[in-house]
Amino acid sequence: MSAQTIAISEIPVRPLTLRLHEWVTTVDHKRLGILYVVYGLLFLALGGIEAAIMRLQLIRPRNALVSPEVFNRMFTMHGTTMIFFVAMPLVFGFANYLVPLMIGARDMAFPRLNAFSFWMTALGGIFLYFSFFGGDGLYGAGSAPDVGWFAYAPLTAKTFSVGHSTDFWTLSLLSSGIGSIGTAINIITTVLCMRCPGMTLGKMPLLVWLNLVMAALVILAVSPLSAAQLMLIVDRYLGGHFFDTQAGGSAVIWMHFFWIFGHPEVYVLVLPAFAFASEIIPVFSRKAIFGYPVMVLATIAIGFIGMSVWAHHMFTVGMSAGANTFFVLSTMAIAVPTGIKIFNWLATMWGGKIRFATPMLLASQDVAASIAATQTAARVIFAAFLISPGPLHGLRAGLAWIRALLFPCAEQAAEAAGYGSFPDAQPRTPQPAQIRSVTAQTTAS
Amino acid sequence: MSPTSIFAPVSTPAESILGVSIFVFSIVAVIFVVVFTLLVYAVVRFRSRGSHRTEPAQIYGSTQVELAWTVIPVLIVVALFLATARVIGSIQNQTRPQNAIEVIVTGHQYWWEYRYPRLNIITANELHVPVSDPAHPTPTFLTLLSADTDHSFWVPRLAGKTDLIPNHPNQMWIDPHETGLFLGQCAQYCGTQHAKMLLRVYVQSPEEFDRWVHEQQQLPQTAESAGKRVFESTACVNCHTISGTPAKGRFGPDLTHLMSRDTIASGAANNTPDMLSLWIRNPDAIKPGSKMPAMGLSEQDASAVTAYLETLR
Repeated sequence: MSAQTIAISEIPVRPLTLRLHEWVTTVDHKRLGILYVVYGLLFLALGGIEAAIMRLQLIRPRNALVSPEVFNRMFTMHGTTMIFFVAMPLVFGFANYLVPLMIGARDMAFPRLNAFSFWMTALGGIFLYFSFFGGDGLYGAGSAPDVGWFAYAPLTAKTFSVGHSTDFWTLSLLSSGIGSIGTAINIITTVLCMRCPGMTLGKMPLLVWLNLVMAALVILAVSPLSAAQLMLIVDRYLGGHFFDTQAGGSAVIWMHFFWIFGHPEVYVLVLPAFAFASEIIPVFSRKAIFGYPVMVLATIAIGFIGMSVWAHHMFTVGMSAGANTFFVLSTMAIAVPTGIKIFNWLATMWGGKIRFATPMLLASQDVAASIAATQTAARVIFAAFLISPGPLHGLRAGLAWIRALLFPCAEQAAEAAGYGSFPDAQPRTPQPAQIRSVTAQTTAS
Repeated sequence: MSPTSIFAPVSTPAESILGVSIFVFSIVAVIFVVVFTLLVYAVVRFRSRGSHRTEPAQIYGSTQVELAWTVIPVLIVVALFLATARVIGSIQNQTRPQNAIEVIVTGHQYWWEYRYPRLNIITANELHVPVSDPAHPTPTFLTLLSADTDHSFWVPRLAGKTDLIPNHPNQMWIDPHETGLFLGQCAQYCGTQHAKMLLRVYVQSPEEFDRWVHEQQQLPQTAESAGKRVFESTACVNCHTISGTPAKGRFGPDLTHLMSRDTIASGAANNTPDMLSLWIRNPDAIKPGSKMPAMGLSEQDASAVTAYLETLR
């Protein structure tokens, strides 16, 4: 490392503006990945403040900390922020950073589309929070959307939502939706077309497999949501009647559009967490993953079944008994592939030599949370159980794992993980070839 | 126990839902304990001790084991599914008997309108139904409509929730086995004062219910008064109906028998002269964001209107 350190210190320090400019104009997948994660963490703080305001209001009965209007804005902004501007950017950030490295590609397939997608997502967040200033337009003080993160029609119609708060919500989801679809196309193309020689789909690391299915779900789920946003704009400004019940439109259609996005979205968020668990558990148990082909099939099954469960969010809207029964069946059926994953993780740990470095501690918590969540999959509390602890622990485990991979301070962890110690001469950022050898060891050793 | 506890059902739909919930919960609780024990065992038993130099035995998979933990969950899912499907069918496919009470429930932004088409009664916010003796059931069938946004009718001790959606009439039924007052709340976010859109269902013995029906069918005996003149000459009549008078508005609750109700503002306040007077002068003090405007009446007129409303029995 000493020779390289000298070489780096000889490069003159460039001015801050120049370095910032590089980050803004970058098309590098690693930088964009970091941007996504930083962006997600920034909005995590904002969403956390909104959640804190709600909890403070609810700290005792008849509290008058905030007005009903403000409370309604807080839960709308919190929900929208956490799903679209925290969870999704974190997921895309990790996918951007890791997928090309793990399949031995130089970069994503479409680097400029990648940058475009990130900035569209960023624009979405700006739209959403600008509503605090511009929501009521010229009519008075600003306001954020207050229609709920699900924005059920006809509460979003002009009649019930005056001013522009709903428009900012719509534009925000539309532009971040374009970003999400762009990134998903990019991930799929990269995985299918840019794997290094010899890496067939059957040898691909599980993390890449799960992100591939995640990206497919994003395309299938976000497209209907974006279409619904366009219809809502047409309703509000061009006299359309898609969801305008006063003119014969259908409120139920909006619910279907929303939840055919909303439920697959749960799998979009949880699959990357499962992905980390599927990499971390074998490494820190010093065993190959148990049942690799079954894990891949279970992932694909989750993807397929996950697209057919959306109306379990709509058991109360008065569907026929037959329709309700179908969605009960599909919802319960998804427990089978999810259970297979959990059992395979357990079997991987079974008989291993488990070392509890931070990533493994968090990964086992993720498994524990997944067990709890799978049991409750048919319940209304699904969101609270699966969205919060599953991806949270999974992503934290992922962060710790990446740190262990990338930074020399985690040498012990890496050693325990069966990589052998990092030779001192290795650069701080692994090159594709190294990651490839690491992952090949993980999956095929 | 909480007055809205799902664990104390008094009506067949709520009882079936609780039954299937407990069944599902017991099975998944066993699964949870088994799988969690395996996880804890693996974590404790297979921690790395001593030398890191030797690798554990590598096992890449096993078709038999994979089949086992696929087929067993499938069988469990089938059992859970059949139990749930039976409950869904028994609740949703229930036919309406001839003697069922019919009620049309209309959700409005932040209050409930109840119409009994066969009994020719219109009331608001407090639903009265007869108790249903399991030997001779007299269930109540609700047709759920909405005048504006989506609402949801949920009285947890009586039945699962069903939404009130504009342009999308829904049905539900209850057959309470006990008399008493059962509480609930609008369960679908419907706007600013969704929180104070409370549900009150009074389950009465057949005799009490008949007496209530009889009282509701009478016109209130009101004499000409200053309050009546104020009520009929201001915007009150645009939104409220009082049968037998020129007040025929449909936007707000029917006030014909206002004094027969325990609460005002959809359960947000007790129906006392003080609260009624406050509600007329400043609704935001009770229910901020309510669609009832502050009427801007003089003190004298407000008291007169309150006194008039107090006569609507």
